[in-house]
Amino acid sequence: MIFKFANPLKFQKLTDSIQPFVSYLALILLILGLFFGFFMSPPDYLQGETVRIMYVHVPCAWFSLMIYSVIALCAVFAIVFKHTLAYIISRACAPIGACFTIATLLTGSIWGKPTWGTWWVWDARLTSELILLFIYIGLMIIHNSYDDKSKSDRYASILALIGVVNLPIIKWSVDWWNTLHQPASISKFSSPSIDSSMMVPLFIMTFSIFCFFISILLIRIKGEIIQRKIDVLRLNQLK
Amino acid sequence: MKQKNKRLLVLTLSLILFATGSVIILTNLRDNLIFFYSPSEVMEKKIKPNQTIRLGGMVKEESLQKKVINIDGRSLEEISFIVTDFNEEIKIYYIGILPDLFKEGQGVVVEGIVENNGIFNAKYVLAKHDENYMPPEINDIESIKDRRNDI
Repeated sequence: MIFKFANPLKFQKLTDSIQPFVSYLALILLILGLFFGFFMSPPDYLQGETVRIMYVHVPCAWFSLMIYSVIALCAVFAIVFKHTLAYIISRACAPIGACFTIATLLTGSIWGKPTWGTWWVWDARLTSELILLFIYIGLMIIHNSYDDKSKSDRYASILALIGVVNLPIIKWSVDWWNTLHQPASISKFSSPSIDSSMMVPLFIMTFSIFCFFISILLIRIKGEIIQRKIDVLRLNQLK
Repeated sequence: MKQKNKRLLVLTLSLILFATGSVIILTNLRDNLIFFYSPSEVMEKKIKPNQTIRLGGMVKEESLQKKVINIDGRSLEEISFIVTDFNEEIKIYYIGILPDLFKEGQGVVVEGIVENNGIFNAKYVLAKHDENYMPPEINDIESIKDRRNDI
């Protein structure tokens, strides 16, 4: 089933039909999410209006981790099955993930100043998220550092797998160690400690950012496939 | 197919080794990875005088005091409060501006030195926000306590 769409050509046909749909959905949900976030949700009893930063910060943080998981999964497929589409997806994901990580760090910093009283501290959560950004940047550098794409793809997938160790560290840093960053408000095992009126904009924004991610990902995958076709054509011309 | 299985095996084994190594390193580095000590840990560890440490806990209810003192002819407001982990308590002295979210009964992280006479002199005070988000209307102490007990 999966391997039917693992053919880049068929994959491209599929994505061409989905892409405009998710793009518009992302835009509509973004407008809706921001409207609910700014006007239809209450300020926090303690933080006041700064709580609204959460509606951008938390989804960005979730997707900075999720996109890395996608890259890591692709790395496994790439190393074991040597499938081209896995290389293409991880190449397409890295800069998007890096952008979400930067957005997480920036919005977190803007929230930290009025809430904690500091822009930045070297606690485990903040530091491990910064390391995630460095890993993303490392991946992007490796992706672009060899003329031979198969070589850079192979090395990048090894780095991607090494970086997986950082994911549980980011996720559970707030539980394993004392951190300034608060523990998760939403978890599988207990009722969320966010009031339901604040959950609405948070979830709309999460879906919006998900659609945005898919939309950008599909564009980048298409570009990557075309790029590879050009490479093959050039190579044939030289022969 | 055989080649694939071999790659999968090597991959799994190296990942398990790598993960085990990371766990060992992280558990041994605990003291360097935590952002602050709790009052109990500070009492246990016998912190050397004049060593900068971070201490975190709850600001004890009704422990916040402000008094004006004179240093070098300038009058400054000295703030003192007690940080507790409901087991041990440490009294903090601080001169400066408190963050907006500093409140009795809320979390706090202070950075400073324990002086010879057992006084904690704070250089920086950071407010620690907890994971509860709610509108102001239901901000009565009971509901917050209920939520904390739930978790």
